[in-house]
Amino acid sequence: MVLPSVRKSIIVDDNAAEDISRVEELSYELKIAEVMTRDVLFISPEMSMREVIELFRKGHISGAPVVQDDMLVGIISMEDLIRCLINSDQDSKAANYMTPNVITVNARDPIVEAVKLFVNVKVGRLVVLNDEKKVQGIITKGDITRGLLNALQTDYKQEEIRRYRASHLFEDIESDRTSLILRYNIKARDFTHGGAASSNIKRALVRLGASPQLARRVGIAVYEAEINLIIHTNNGGYLRVEIEPHRISLETTDDGPGIPDVTQALKPGYSTATEEIRELGFGAGMGLTNMSRCVDTLVLESEPGKGTHLKMRIFLNKEESVGEGWSASADKEL
Amino acid sequence: MNVKSLLELVEGNLINPDSNLEREIKGGFGADLMSDVLASIQPEAVLLTGLCNPQVVRTAQMADVAAIVLVRGKCPPQETIDLALQEQIPLISSPLGMYELSGRLYRAGLPSLEGRITEQPCANDCV
Repeated sequence: MVLPSVRKSIIVDDNAAEDISRVEELSYELKIAEVMTRDVLFISPEMSMREVIELFRKGHISGAPVVQDDMLVGIISMEDLIRCLINSDQDSKAANYMTPNVITVNARDPIVEAVKLFVNVKVGRLVVLNDEKKVQGIITKGDITRGLLNALQTDYKQEEIRRYRASHLFEDIESDRTSLILRYNIKARDFTHGGAASSNIKRALVRLGASPQLARRVGIAVYEAEINLIIHTNNGGYLRVEIEPHRISLETTDDGPGIPDVTQALKPGYSTATEEIRELGFGAGMGLTNMSRCVDTLVLESEPGKGTHLKMRIFLNKEESVGEGWSASADKEL
Repeated sequence: MNVKSLLELVEGNLINPDSNLEREIKGGFGADLMSDVLASIQPEAVLLTGLCNPQVVRTAQMADVAAIVLVRGKCPPQETIDLALQEQIPLISSPLGMYELSGRLYRAGLPSLEGRITEQPCANDCV
């Protein structure tokens, strides 16, 4: 692999700098230690070449460093093996066939150093040493290609996540108090599409960086509220969600029929739902109970003949904040 | 247990075959009232239910359900199937009933993911 980074020019002008690819940058960022093969089979100089051949065959390798007392003394590659086989000298010691002058690189160097060596010298692998000259592993062109591809994939994934996430919205737009308002019109008796608004709200929260627990709390509360608009209202209603880094406010408004006894309606199990609604799996009288379990405050105001207004709020601490613009001072109403 | 082993255990038919069969299931829950499900199901459960309307899938999505099993061989309407496809929640039809299914899943090591209610059952004003 010839990277353009080994170009002969020493000074990179602005035009050339613009052309520097991500791969070139990575070849300077990635360290040899990050991409090298660590589990390396070592050969001792006293081993017979017959044993070395067996080691290569079993390990499916084509080269290995020769190490004595933790220090690198040589390397044996396929070429050395072939030389030995031509001489029919398999009983000879590894020391007699190894190449003693090994080309090495430092584990802390960027991979571009290894790339340069591969361009200039005809070897298949380089031995990687640490500062104490101890063998850490070996590096091949394949290791470098794999390392670069992995790094590019990580880059790509992070970019995908960043684009999908909308959490930077709050950070990017400056104001004394930023909020995102989502509004939905909910039709009465529309069981087929019922829950679609809640579904979209939950998805929006996840994109804004809400934790799965928070998305679930909001999802359940708003879904129950949406179902109530579908089941109980004359003409449907209006669902409004205001998302702020420190707080989520959920509101539903409808124009009737209204609830005669609000205290009664808040009791677990109390339901006015018809048999038809119950057959659909609703009307267990747990809706408002479920909602209040999921939110921090719930206010239900209703007037028979006029309509119902439900207001719920979830307060977020810094850890579970939505978006990136959390500030405690935002509590002051503007 | 993953969705694949669940399918075998419930002798089920996967209605949306492009679902992720490796998805992990941490426990089980059975109910026909969706508010009961929303009230106490823990995340990543399999939901056993006799209800087939699209709200089953909506409820499952809100409550982070890992898979839905429709009991007694029920066949859901197209709206339910479409929604399950869209939300990528495995939808399984099993010929077995709720009691049999619960027993099989429990015996196979799937715990109940139904949170206990905290209020005293049937207290004071309940009668």
